[in-house]
Amino acid sequence: MILNSLRYCLRQGLVSLRRNFWLAVVTAGMIAISLAILGGFLLVALNAGQMMRTIAENVEIGVFLNQDAEAEAVQSQLESLEGVYGYTFVSKEQGLYEFGQSLGDRELFSGLDGELNPLPDMFRVRAREAALVPSLADEIRALPGVELVDYGEELVARLVGVTRWLNTFFLGISFLLALGAIFLIVTIIRLSVLARQDEIGVMKYLGASNWFIRFPFFLEGMTMGWMGTLAATISLGFAYQRLVSSLQRDALIFFLQPVTDPEKLWPVFAGLLVLGTLMGGLGSLVSVRKFLRV
Amino acid sequence: MSALIELEKVTKSYNGSSALALDAVSLEIERGEFVFLVGPSGAGKSTLLKLMFREQIPSSGKIYFLGRDAARFKASELLKHRRRIGMVFQDFRLLKQKTVFENVAFALEVIGRSAREIRLKVPAALEEVGLADKAQAFPGELSGGEQQRVGIARAIVKDPLMILADEPTGNLDRDNSWQLMELLGKINQGGTTVIIATHAWDVVDRMRKRVVALEKGRLIRDEQRGSYGHDS
Repeated sequence: MILNSLRYCLRQGLVSLRRNFWLAVVTAGMIAISLAILGGFLLVALNAGQMMRTIAENVEIGVFLNQDAEAEAVQSQLESLEGVYGYTFVSKEQGLYEFGQSLGDRELFSGLDGELNPLPDMFRVRAREAALVPSLADEIRALPGVELVDYGEELVARLVGVTRWLNTFFLGISFLLALGAIFLIVTIIRLSVLARQDEIGVMKYLGASNWFIRFPFFLEGMTMGWMGTLAATISLGFAYQRLVSSLQRDALIFFLQPVTDPEKLWPVFAGLLVLGTLMGGLGSLVSVRKFLRV
Repeated sequence: MSALIELEKVTKSYNGSSALALDAVSLEIERGEFVFLVGPSGAGKSTLLKLMFREQIPSSGKIYFLGRDAARFKASELLKHRRRIGMVFQDFRLLKQKTVFENVAFALEVIGRSAREIRLKVPAALEEVGLADKAQAFPGELSGGEQQRVGIARAIVKDPLMILADEPTGNLDRDNSWQLMELLGKINQGGTTVIIATHAWDVVDRMRKRVVALEKGRLIRDEQRGSYGHDS
């Protein structure tokens, strides 16, 4: 009995899709567009997250020494700290040179050589993990001979803030887009329901269950949702791949490297497919609901 | 054994209307009966049929089917109840894009019967209403009388316990009306309960079946072998 009904429902769903072919194509297209935008946002969010992490992981602790401190003594103490991954020593002379380089004009500082050099000696320390940076910085600050410790607290804090803000923003936009797509499906399935209103009325008097009446529309909606999302994921995947290969070719700054790890990417695409299909089904259920009351 | 249908002081009012569609109607219908519901328009005949189909529930009072309180039907019971009823409408309600065969088969399809059963039962039902040769025609190609016979074939194809017909001859001429009522009488002979709301006084008078007369929602007359009653 269930098998008979299932067969009937499948056939009805297909017939309905064929009858409203262009409408279905347009709906699928609209779903595709909204989900492609949604997916695009997700990919941007994913990459933004990775970028933030890369920056955070590359945070260095600048350890500035007292004018009269012994660099060797500080160095041996640094080596004894557990969280230290590596360090480089930057003498005051080298510091001045680098500073001049970074400003692009070495001549400006030519008068500050030797005794007049205002810069302290320093170590650039890298932590084994980004999360260890603040506590490690505190430990180093307590060492004798250390004048100042700087690891860009503000930068890290701002990164965290920006990441959180971006995530909220993306979530909001995604929600609106999904809502729009559902509204679209509801409208289009409703047209299809209206076209079969007589039939639905007769079915109820013949003793058809609500499930039986609903299911073909449910299938229709799911198919539209699925087709739209499939188109969206394929084109999005293609576009993303192109973008990735061009970014990698042009070897940009380290933190602009895009996410290519399949383990991180496939949930985005699979999630989109599931979401789009569910949206199609849900939309159709909403639109049939009010025609089922007897 | 419980009556097929039992109404106990059933009152029905619709939202936004102060008048009662049905006013304390008590009534019992046994299996295998043939009942005419008569009365002027708005007397409550259609409301009574809707209650029997359980499309509506009473505002007060009780209606029982085979001893079960209709207001307390679970979803599955409601479905079972409706599947035991064949409905016939004044406007036939056939699906224009389906053939006669498909229209009748639809009644079995929607309740999940097999293709084999459909191949077996649909021709038999069409045979019974005398339309075996019109199986592949579309409703638009048939006369009104023929269309209503398709409606009856659709109602009987699932072997219902009862047939509820709301003005089945309302769109038919006298000859066709008479033939159709005879057909329903024949179906009743086979054991199916038949309940017909009608204005066709001449048919009612001729057939001498049980007549339940309503007026302004009240039951005013219930006679075995009754007549339409021209005084009302």
